[in-house]
Amino acid sequence: MQNIFEGIWKAIQLLLQGDPEVIRITLLSLQVSSIATVISLVLGLPLGTFLALSHFPTRRFWISVINTGMALPPVVVGLVVSIFLWRSGPLGDLHLIYTPWAIVIAQVLISFPMAGGLTISALQQLDPRLRVQLLGLGASQIQMIFSLWREARLPLMAALIAAFGSVISEVGASMMVGGNLKGSTRVLTTAIVLETSRGEFASAIALSLILLTLAFLVNFALTVLQQHRK
Amino acid sequence: MTALLEIHDLIVSVENTVILDLPELTVNRNEVLVVVGPNGAGKSTLLQVSAGLLKPTRGKVFFTSDPQLTGLDYRRKVSTVFQSPLLLSGTVRNNIASGLKFRQVDSEQIRQRVDTWMEQLHISHLARRQTAHLSGGEAQRVSLARAFCLETELILMDEPFSALDTPTRTELLRELRELLSRTGQTCIYVTHDLQEALAVGDRIGILFDGKLHQLDVAANVFKRPKTPEVAAFVGVENIIPGKVIGLSNELVQIQANGFSLEAVGDGVIGQEVYACLRPEDVTLYLAGTEVSKSTARNHLPCRIRYMFNQGPLVRIELEADFPLTALVTRPSAEEMNLAVGKEVLAVFKSTAVHLIETGHFQSF
Repeated sequence: MQNIFEGIWKAIQLLLQGDPEVIRITLLSLQVSSIATVISLVLGLPLGTFLALSHFPTRRFWISVINTGMALPPVVVGLVVSIFLWRSGPLGDLHLIYTPWAIVIAQVLISFPMAGGLTISALQQLDPRLRVQLLGLGASQIQMIFSLWREARLPLMAALIAAFGSVISEVGASMMVGGNLKGSTRVLTTAIVLETSRGEFASAIALSLILLTLAFLVNFALTVLQQHRK
Repeated sequence: MTALLEIHDLIVSVENTVILDLPELTVNRNEVLVVVGPNGAGKSTLLQVSAGLLKPTRGKVFFTSDPQLTGLDYRRKVSTVFQSPLLLSGTVRNNIASGLKFRQVDSEQIRQRVDTWMEQLHISHLARRQTAHLSGGEAQRVSLARAFCLETELILMDEPFSALDTPTRTELLRELRELLSRTGQTCIYVTHDLQEALAVGDRIGILFDGKLHQLDVAANVFKRPKTPEVAAFVGVENIIPGKVIGLSNELVQIQANGFSLEAVGDGVIGQEVYACLRPEDVTLYLAGTEVSKSTARNHLPCRIRYMFNQGPLVRIELEADFPLTALVTRPSAEEMNLAVGKEVLAVFKSTAVHLIETGHFQSF
């Protein structure tokens, strides 16, 4: 119990003092997870839309693949990305292993199925006749898709929230492909693991509080946006 | 009358089953063409093909003014109203404006057109209301305004009022008829309800199993059906098979299961026909009543097999040389003391009998 109170007190101190290392770790976490979320949306939204609205023989198979991807364990993603980015791996020449970009790649693989899968489910919840009605009103295919996105904006925003939540909180992949290098690839989750393993519970709690606050603030902002446009 | 839209050699198949087969159909400018038929007849398919939303398996649908028009350019010459209003979330004004925004019409023109059509459909007071808070009738008015404000050459309507309660439906149907007459808007209107078809249609096409059995002005479809299926659909309940046995002075004499009936029309001796008779054209007299042949030429002694109330009328099923159904008013039935098993005389005029050749089928 003593540790918890100490941790909270230390967290307050660290935040008030503006510890440069903590700020750096926090900003890197936010940066990496935001970039990964944006890339996931850029890839997942069109792919999810395509799978939700089109009809082709293997469509169900691909939707199942995306849905399975939503439950992909981050350590498995970390392993696969490590193998590819390892110096002797297929993409070793890019020298991305143990860089923030390696973490971004791993986090995209984690959050992209989330964005795609939730887009499919958001669009499939709409009345299928709405699509025909929009085309019947003279919408082009692109205008029709934007109108459907607008109609499904609440569940689509939920997809964004879920995608960001899944990457800001993951640790396994970031640890494996980033290496938790101080001053380079240390993010909040990997720092928490490190501090805990060193028995520095106070620091770990402080970093956890920052992570929780960060996750809350981002989700709060997205939720306000979601409910405002309801 | 000038043709606006033409359909040639149209076939729509789904999994090798033909669901629509229209060798030819012309929609004239300023007319309301109602396509009526039972569920599964192919009405909605016809509408989707006409809207450019469904590619036919074979054949062509085109505007006579520009036969080469396809894709988005074609679709933007048409607007559609479906059974369900399918409104977008947001205000009524934004919904009505949606089709104009798709066409990138400038905002001032959008405002003017939306105002005009909200007024025409008596929904100006709903302009700022969210569509989620509209009643069924209000939502369908918004849907109509959204289609009309596009001022397209052709409006397509797919059973737009079938989900509404009867008073709202009657009111909207009347308003729509007035609106279509006033604006001269060309419209293809699809329904399974014959009364609705008669209320709005200039011409009526009867569709069964993907084929157009008859296309004519409303009165002719109602009075002179061309096939037994159409006859049954337009409410002719007595379709009596028989054979022409004599011809004299525009009268055709038909032998129908032992009874000789007379009809006004053309025929060839020996020809197999169906004699079609509406139940409301059959008059009942008590057995033994003397009825002059000059009043009505066909007198058929019958026995009442079954009778039941149908609103202000009584439906009476009769046993005779062939089964016959009559509709009489309740006061008449009570006055004659009609009851099951009672002997009566069914009388009908030769002009009330419409003849259809057996196997006659002509596609339009």
